[in-house]
Amino acid sequence: MKFLHTAFQNMKHPFEKGGKFEKYNKVLTAIDALETFAFTPDEVTHSGSHIRDGIDLKRTMSVVITAMIPCLLFGMYNAGYQHFLQLGVDASFWEMFQIGLIKVLPLVVVSYGVGLGIEFAFAMYKGHSVEEGYLVTGMLIPLIVPVDIPLWMLAVSVAFAVVFGKEVFGGTGMNIFNVALTARAFLFFAYPTYMSGDKIWVHEGMTNDAISGATILGDVAAMKDGLVKSADGIIQFTGANFSVSDMFFGFIPGSVGETSTLAILIGAGILLLTGIGSWRIMLSAVLGAATMGLIFNAFGSNGLMQLPFWQHMIVGGFAFGVVFMATDPVTASQTNKGKWIYGFLIGFMAIMIRVFNPAYPEGIMLAILFMNVMAPLIDHYVVEGNIKKRMNRATVKTAVVN
Amino acid sequence: MSKDIKIKKGLNIPLKGEADKVLGTAERSSAFVVKPTDFKNFTPKLLVKEGQEVLAGSPLFFNKEYPDVKVGSPVSGEVVEVTRGAKRKILGIKILADKETRYAAFAPANAASMSGEDVKKRLLDQCLWAYIKRRPYGTVARPEDKPLAIYVSAFDSAPLAGDYDYILHGKEKEFQAGLDVLKQLTDGKVHLNLHRELNTDAVFKDAKGVQINWVRGPHPAGNVGVQIHHIKPLNKGEVVFTVAAQDVALIGSAFLTGKYDASRLVGVGGSSVKSPKYFKTIQGAAVSTLLNGNVDGDNNRIISGNVLTGTKVAADGYLGFFSKELNVIPEGDQAKFFITEGWAGAGLGKFSASRSYFSWLMPSKKYELDTNTNGEKRAFVVTGQYESVFPMDIYPQHLVKAIMIGDIESMENLGIYEVDDEDFALCEYVCTSKTPVQQVVREGLELIEKECG
Repeated sequence: MKFLHTAFQNMKHPFEKGGKFEKYNKVLTAIDALETFAFTPDEVTHSGSHIRDGIDLKRTMSVVITAMIPCLLFGMYNAGYQHFLQLGVDASFWEMFQIGLIKVLPLVVVSYGVGLGIEFAFAMYKGHSVEEGYLVTGMLIPLIVPVDIPLWMLAVSVAFAVVFGKEVFGGTGMNIFNVALTARAFLFFAYPTYMSGDKIWVHEGMTNDAISGATILGDVAAMKDGLVKSADGIIQFTGANFSVSDMFFGFIPGSVGETSTLAILIGAGILLLTGIGSWRIMLSAVLGAATMGLIFNAFGSNGLMQLPFWQHMIVGGFAFGVVFMATDPVTASQTNKGKWIYGFLIGFMAIMIRVFNPAYPEGIMLAILFMNVMAPLIDHYVVEGNIKKRMNRATVKTAVVN
Repeated sequence: MSKDIKIKKGLNIPLKGEADKVLGTAERSSAFVVKPTDFKNFTPKLLVKEGQEVLAGSPLFFNKEYPDVKVGSPVSGEVVEVTRGAKRKILGIKILADKETRYAAFAPANAASMSGEDVKKRLLDQCLWAYIKRRPYGTVARPEDKPLAIYVSAFDSAPLAGDYDYILHGKEKEFQAGLDVLKQLTDGKVHLNLHRELNTDAVFKDAKGVQINWVRGPHPAGNVGVQIHHIKPLNKGEVVFTVAAQDVALIGSAFLTGKYDASRLVGVGGSSVKSPKYFKTIQGAAVSTLLNGNVDGDNNRIISGNVLTGTKVAADGYLGFFSKELNVIPEGDQAKFFITEGWAGAGLGKFSASRSYFSWLMPSKKYELDTNTNGEKRAFVVTGQYESVFPMDIYPQHLVKAIMIGDIESMENLGIYEVDDEDFALCEYVCTSKTPVQQVVREGLELIEKECG
């Protein structure tokens, strides 16, 4: 790989001090970003710890992306599956996957193209190195939008999220809101007609009037789809179109990558096994959702309230949000105690928003964004508790000495 | 009351090249260097000139702020060179050694029958005080300090660290004498902290007149700062002393014999050392005498001290004042292609606290780590990483951030008085964002010492 390394050096040469294009030296930032992508730099330690852990931000981010690949692949397949299902046409696995590939791949390309473009531009303008934060965001965004979203709309929302969600705060590591959710929220409020209703969740659902492509949550909220009390008194979701196993495996309409709880669980497994995702947040979010769900089940006065608590976790974006977005370390609580509170409240509120306000079936998005704002406050009180303990220790000591 | 401390958080980094418990013979170094830079926050003032004759134990320089604190020469001979850096900062005092070491004359003394003041005076006069450190700040103790207690750690848990049981074996008398000296310096206790499994030698187990505490767990369990935190955490305004176990024996021997004997066993290890073992040498010896013909390759990092906290020295450099080991590991100054050995690879040769590389499947593997940073410096992204290797009731990342912005009140609140930079060595190791944590903490401690005394 020596030749590639030399190629990078040659490419940088004209822009370096004394080179031909010295005044365009900001280009160096961009070349550097590409070079450090291809080669872990030859940088060595100088003082302090002479050896360093093998992990860096690129590795961390690539693990998260790997964890999302099952969701992406299933999302592609499901896009085709839903399309043919509503048409009532039989199709082979490859035909379905092909539809998804054609629809989803451009989303990924646009997301990365626009987002990384802005990141590079900001880095060059500000003269710092390109940080890796967007690598994950760029993959998250296509997975949380409807499959038929116009590409220009996606581009606008990505641009908004990267500039106003991240760069204005100082870039990677400094943002308050999860960047991918900022893009999603922007879409949701700026183009509501494209982000809610019956028709948008299935490819070409808009053009087909006869068939409902609504999400299950929308259906249940509107009491369209059935919740039936079975003989032994257990309330079950018995949608005409979808079974509980469909919901778990993901054969339901919804955003590209969020439908399959199984694929998400595989991703969660990767995140937990590598230690990159916080198990505290994931576990506490599930506990929070279960708590709220059980409370609602106890009352059970409307369709969504009757939905068994565990089924809340396998429909809609709950699982995806908890695994991939609540665990974003930058916007989550930073202390371990805080993570428990943060996660619990996300789960709790996601279900609460979902049930109380059927206009926002995607409660998880709002819950996470809200808790992003609250995370520093939670940390503040956790750290304050530690400080108080230290203070008490000191005053008790002085009292004894006196 | 003996304490039993179980450390849960931490990390043992399994490195190749641990020193075998065999004593090699090193040629005697012809020159020795004492480096004032080994002392934290210490402004040296010279007491010798080039060409002057010195004895082992005669003072070379003192601390400008505390003129009674003097640092002695490890050998007798002639001061041949004072090397200086930028702004004429003194970097080293080089002594051309005599064949036979002559010692500065002191009468043997029995600390147990001396008053505390006399012991202190003797320590200062015989240049032994420099071996005593204080918390907060991890600097050399101040003569006016009234320590609440004195702590001695009987083991080093850092990677490739020397085995104190081996190093101090047979030095029961000196070690006990040293403890007796320390006892005179405090109204409180002298704590000797032993590891449950590692410390079995009589030198520690039979120590008298001290409180023996038992510690177990991964690195940094051996760090005296961690032990203090679990025995009796330090509050603002309180001072305790710490002394390294070998230095306790050195002080003891200086009282018993009247001689300042700076000879010591040094573990020479690291993956680039052909046959890692111990050598008997003297403080400040040329590292070449320990490495001669025993090193693989020529692109290596020589570290005086351990790989997490030591100081980089050149091949023609000298051992540090406090260094009990010398480690040689490969330099990592080559770019690594991302798929084969960089960030996207399987990473079988990379040791990581996370399980993001597949090396975690081989729990008993020993690694040959180089000095590459394995990535570029980034903003803080990952959280919880420092906490997982920092066994104190302190929020390390919050403290580091408070230091970075120079917020003194927050630093005090978050517990800066309880830490030293070495306690953050593992945080620096595991940091995904490659933050120079130890340097940050050292700067914070210096700022606090300047502002709050």
